[in-house]
Amino acid sequence: MSSVATHPDHGAHAAAKPRGFLRRWVLTTSHKDIGTLYLLFSLAMFFIGGAMAMVIRAELFQPGMDFVDPYFFNQMTTVHGLVMVFGAVMPAFVGLANWMVPLQIGAPDMALPRMNNWSFWLLPAAFSMMLVTFFLPGGAPAAGWTMYPPLVLQTGMAFPFLIFAVHIAGISSIMGAINIIATILNLRAPGMGLLKMPLFVWTWLVTAFLLIAVIPVLAGAITMLLTDQYFGTSFFSAAGGGDPVLYQHIFWFFGHPEVYILILPAFGIVSTILPAFARKPLFGYTSMVYAVASIAFLSFIVWGHHMFTVGMPTAGTLFFMFATMLIAVPTGVKVFNWLATLWRGALTFETPMLFALAFVVLFTIGGLSGIMLAIAPVDFQYHDTYFVVAHFHYVLVSGSIFAIMAAVYFWLPKWTGVMYSERLGKLHFWTSVVAMNLVFFPQHFLGLAGMPRRIADYPVEFMEWNMVSSVGAFAYGAAQLIFVWTVIQCMRGRGKPAPAKPWEGAEGLEWTVPSPAPHHTFHEPPKVV
Amino acid sequence: MEREFTAPRHGPLVRRCLVVVVAMFGFGFALVPAYRIFCEVTGFQGFIAADGSDRDRGGYVGAVDESRTVTVELVASVNGRAPWGFAPVERRLEVHPGALVTTRYRAVNETGEPRAWQASYNVAPGSAARYLGKPECFCFQRQEFEPGEARELPVTFIVNPDIPSHVKTVTLSYTLFDLEG
Repeated sequence: MSSVATHPDHGAHAAAKPRGFLRRWVLTTSHKDIGTLYLLFSLAMFFIGGAMAMVIRAELFQPGMDFVDPYFFNQMTTVHGLVMVFGAVMPAFVGLANWMVPLQIGAPDMALPRMNNWSFWLLPAAFSMMLVTFFLPGGAPAAGWTMYPPLVLQTGMAFPFLIFAVHIAGISSIMGAINIIATILNLRAPGMGLLKMPLFVWTWLVTAFLLIAVIPVLAGAITMLLTDQYFGTSFFSAAGGGDPVLYQHIFWFFGHPEVYILILPAFGIVSTILPAFARKPLFGYTSMVYAVASIAFLSFIVWGHHMFTVGMPTAGTLFFMFATMLIAVPTGVKVFNWLATLWRGALTFETPMLFALAFVVLFTIGGLSGIMLAIAPVDFQYHDTYFVVAHFHYVLVSGSIFAIMAAVYFWLPKWTGVMYSERLGKLHFWTSVVAMNLVFFPQHFLGLAGMPRRIADYPVEFMEWNMVSSVGAFAYGAAQLIFVWTVIQCMRGRGKPAPAKPWEGAEGLEWTVPSPAPHHTFHEPPKVV
Repeated sequence: MEREFTAPRHGPLVRRCLVVVVAMFGFGFALVPAYRIFCEVTGFQGFIAADGSDRDRGGYVGAVDESRTVTVELVASVNGRAPWGFAPVERRLEVHPGALVTTRYRAVNETGEPRAWQASYNVAPGSAARYLGKPECFCFQRQEFEPGEARELPVTFIVNPDIPSHVKTVTLSYTLFDLEG
């Protein structure tokens, strides 16, 4: 994209970190410290949501009610979804953006550092509020992460906690997105035109626009739930002339762009890592940028494919079906560009590259099952079965989460100044990739055979594949402990010191500053030539 | 923090972003009337304007199509646990498209005080909704009942002969909503 002529920043401020826990972490305005906080928060949420997944898989290991009662099971599926989407994947991407966007565009910090601090510290508040519901009478929300009325209105005391938690997490996302937009549009180093930006920056710019466009729609939908419950409105209540199906339209108008919010930064990460380890520039940079923009645009007009079974006019069904299939075109452009980047490259297989390659293969599997789900007539069979669960875990676990893992291994030397253990990294990768496929591939079969999702028990003929899936889930959970250990070792400075540019083929401004990145970087804007 | 860190003016850009945020929050609420209009125009979800302003839609004056019969099923339900008895007098009717048909619903006030109600209605399948015209219906008005009063209420409807030929059965469903006091 851009070659760089600059000097590592050895300014007088380089070592001046604020002292004391409160000043260093709670009051911080440094994009690097806030990025670290976001990433650690998201890791904690990943384990909390993961623990709930373990409960789900333990209960589903064999038919019958074994460990938990069905109502608690429903709380597990609901809060697992909410925590993973809003607490793990989104904050992880915001954390990566905080760390890497200023470094990649040669900016000294985020545009609005104090708002940055605020948007992070809203998250612990939001998720404390969501998780404390487990200790309330009536327990946590159990109506599914999509919060469909009228079922969600039967949530007990947890209901207002749920609504406000999602509101606060949403406000945090909106502030984070505005900050990222302002940083990218206003603080690029001289000479870095829009079409010279690294793809991670591009994908985050588009993601940030999606966030400010659709999070407010979600906020509106859940505000309507709140007023329906407490203030006598009837947006979704047939008794007052409302319609519960309207909620699904509003929710999925948010929800479909939301799934691209969860994957576009992953596209950016993979587009950064593949060229570095193929030692070739990214194939089709400009088409990658336009593909991301078209995916973002199309995401606004396909929400109906989440609700084919509510009964739609045939014209509407056909429109949503074809518009959805149209997304395969820009997505295909991206996948083929990645393959062309690899083609005849001098490949090496360090851990970030392994995760990125697994992303390309496994995300594509998730994309293809997505096309199957887009076919309205067959969706009537797949709807609300484990086939859907398999589909969105292929795009979210082996898509988003594998990309986040790849990014962490790729930039960890820059963050901590030491190389992670390649042996443990590879062990983490191979256990994760095998376990992940064990968990979710059999769920395709279960779904096609008719096993419904969000059910605590099932007929005995589904037992074998559920056992395989559960065993895979426990292995996947255990494998993530290797990741935590590897990261902790780096954070403690245990490992080979990392040079400024630890990856031979890596490109970009972030590799022009020393490792670990000093507290202040690019005080003088670098020159991009 | 050094001053030059904040040297570029972020205010205008941030304000524009906030306008998008506020506008999209409003857009979510704008979907509510938009959805209602969409449903009324297309008959989607079997919606028909609640004030009866569409009573002539599907209205038809002309020959009765004797060659065809459509089954009209009549359904009644009471919202929540409101103290009303409510049921159609006839549950199934075989009608010829184009013929004006009158049938009745029976409502009973099961309390010892004066009460009122109004019904909403819905047609299934949704694609048939626009072909079911109702020149006169009890559901257009609020219904006042004396304590313990029972009354039969008429509805007059017509099935437009343009109704798609694959539609053999139309369900006309009324839901009674208690209006307190």
